[in-house]
Amino acid sequence: MELAIFYIILAALFALFMAWGIGANDVANAMAPSVGSKAITIKQAIIIAAIFEFAGAVLAGGGVTSTIRRGIVDASLLSGQPELLIYGMLSALLAAGVWLLIASRFGWPVSTTHTIIGAVVGFAAIGIGVSAVHWPQVGRIAMSWVVSPLIAGVMAWLLFISVQRLILFRDNPLKYARRYVPFYMFLAGFFMTWVTVDKGLAHVGLEFTTLQSNLVALLVGALVTAIGTFFMLRIPYQEPEKRDFHFVTVERIFGILMVITACCMAFAHGSNDVANAVGPAAAVVSVALSGDVAQEAIVPIWILIIGGIGIVIGLATYGHRVIATVGQNITALTPSRGFAAGLAAAATIVMASGTGLPISTTHTVVGAILGVGLAGGIAAINLRVVGSIFMSWVITVPAGAALSVVFFLLMRALMPS
Amino acid sequence: MNTSGYISRIFGTSPARPLQKHMDKAAKCAHKLPKLIRATYRDDWQKAAAAREKIVLLEHAADDLKRDLRLSLPKSLLMPVSRSDVLEMLSRQDRIANRTKDISGLIIGRRIIMPEPIQQAYLEFLERNLDAVTQARKSVHELDKLYESGFRGAEADLVMEMTDELGRLEDQSDELQVKLRAQLFALEPDLHPVDVIFLYKIIDRTGDLGDLAQRVGSRLLMMIAR
Repeated sequence: MELAIFYIILAALFALFMAWGIGANDVANAMAPSVGSKAITIKQAIIIAAIFEFAGAVLAGGGVTSTIRRGIVDASLLSGQPELLIYGMLSALLAAGVWLLIASRFGWPVSTTHTIIGAVVGFAAIGIGVSAVHWPQVGRIAMSWVVSPLIAGVMAWLLFISVQRLILFRDNPLKYARRYVPFYMFLAGFFMTWVTVDKGLAHVGLEFTTLQSNLVALLVGALVTAIGTFFMLRIPYQEPEKRDFHFVTVERIFGILMVITACCMAFAHGSNDVANAVGPAAAVVSVALSGDVAQEAIVPIWILIIGGIGIVIGLATYGHRVIATVGQNITALTPSRGFAAGLAAAATIVMASGTGLPISTTHTVVGAILGVGLAGGIAAINLRVVGSIFMSWVITVPAGAALSVVFFLLMRALMPS
Repeated sequence: MNTSGYISRIFGTSPARPLQKHMDKAAKCAHKLPKLIRATYRDDWQKAAAAREKIVLLEHAADDLKRDLRLSLPKSLLMPVSRSDVLEMLSRQDRIANRTKDISGLIIGRRIIMPEPIQQAYLEFLERNLDAVTQARKSVHELDKLYESGFRGAEADLVMEMTDELGRLEDQSDELQVKLRAQLFALEPDLHPVDVIFLYKIIDRTGDLGDLAQRVGSRLLMMIAR
């Protein structure tokens, strides 16, 4: 039993470290469309990120956590030696943490998700045996890495085309911005809530019927729209003749939408990426407590809370500086563009969270930005950099796998049993 | 840890502001010409040389901006306007500064002074060409709003009107050029033949300024047409 407590404490510490790393580095990429458009200050972005990352992690982080905890490794092969699963998951966490540390030291565009999936698959395939990996599930995850940037890109493209048609191409864009932006506010509030309530809340002990989740989503959507519209109406109307300020005012209206989008994005990121830190830890806790590899119990909520806290600490100690740098470096995004990219990415990510698929936030955000670019919304996108970000997983997955195999073999040799 | 947030690296530099800055320099360069011409009318070659020096400096500055913008536009950029439109517009803008330098060089190098009877007419012709350059500069300054609005809608209509106006200015300068040449033709018997050749050359190149300005506008129009 003492050994079990030792494992649990170790797992919690590793998870906290990993979550800290996510908060320190990853959140900045998730918040990039929001801070890049300068619609919110860096301080506001950090406060929004802290609150909504935590909320997303705790309320909607269960699905992906389950996938990483028991979807990838076929634990039935290990029924005689539960400690192997514990070593494996601990090594995966350690490997991911170390790799991310190295990568961010050199500024390489690596994804937390790719690292942790590579690490879990690595220890299972090489440390235990190739048949210990649920390959169909791994295949689904790999597919989702290709599909998620595509979906986000198409959504961002459609959103921005609609913004152009409904607002920007008109004779009086401001008038139409005031008319249509509340609909976008509603869309954001409704969709994010609907996916979360419908798919994500089971592990918090809240089960909703379809009707109930529709109602809750409608309510939240309406509330978001009401608050957003209140702030929107405080922006004074200007006749289109005042040309120099016209688009500036239009963008200020989109700036309010951007605040909502930033909340959605932080929530979505928390819901998907917290699992990278707490998924393996949840497996360790479950196995250590029951002594059994079956992991029947649902994800304990305190693990999600630890993940959420880790992200917030990462944000407070280091991430805020990265966010500030990203905000300063991006000069090309205006709120109307940032909104389209951000909402499309957030919607894609939260859908993946609902289905339990661990996807890369960064890739999804890049896909969404590319979608806005294809609709003619961004002055210049460097496709070579986009390509290098998309190709980074080719190195990241094997690197995570190799490191975790090394740690796994070390642990098996050194750990007391 | 050290991340500068690699996501910001996917955004290339927007060519709008660099194009506008470059056009500002080219236009400023061209607008130094009247000062130089007036100095020659007063036979004040010191002032004329000073004006020429400023023109050369501005032309160099425009060249530097041109170089920077070209370097910031690799082939791998995804842009709402075609890369060749941007580069073509840049080189037309740049030729305004180059032409200005040519004209000033000819005048200083050969100490050319417009014959008394056409001095006023030449200045008027030059000013009309500079009006076209100014109008082109104003049109180029709509670029950032064009990017904002996605090259469509009310903003695009406005730029189309501005380029129409540019066309009218260019037509006017063409008329003035015909008259000016006729006046010079009448004076030919009293002038040194070599000087006459260079006077025609200067008139031609001055007319080029308006022509180039119009072609900057037409490239802008092609960006909208896509």
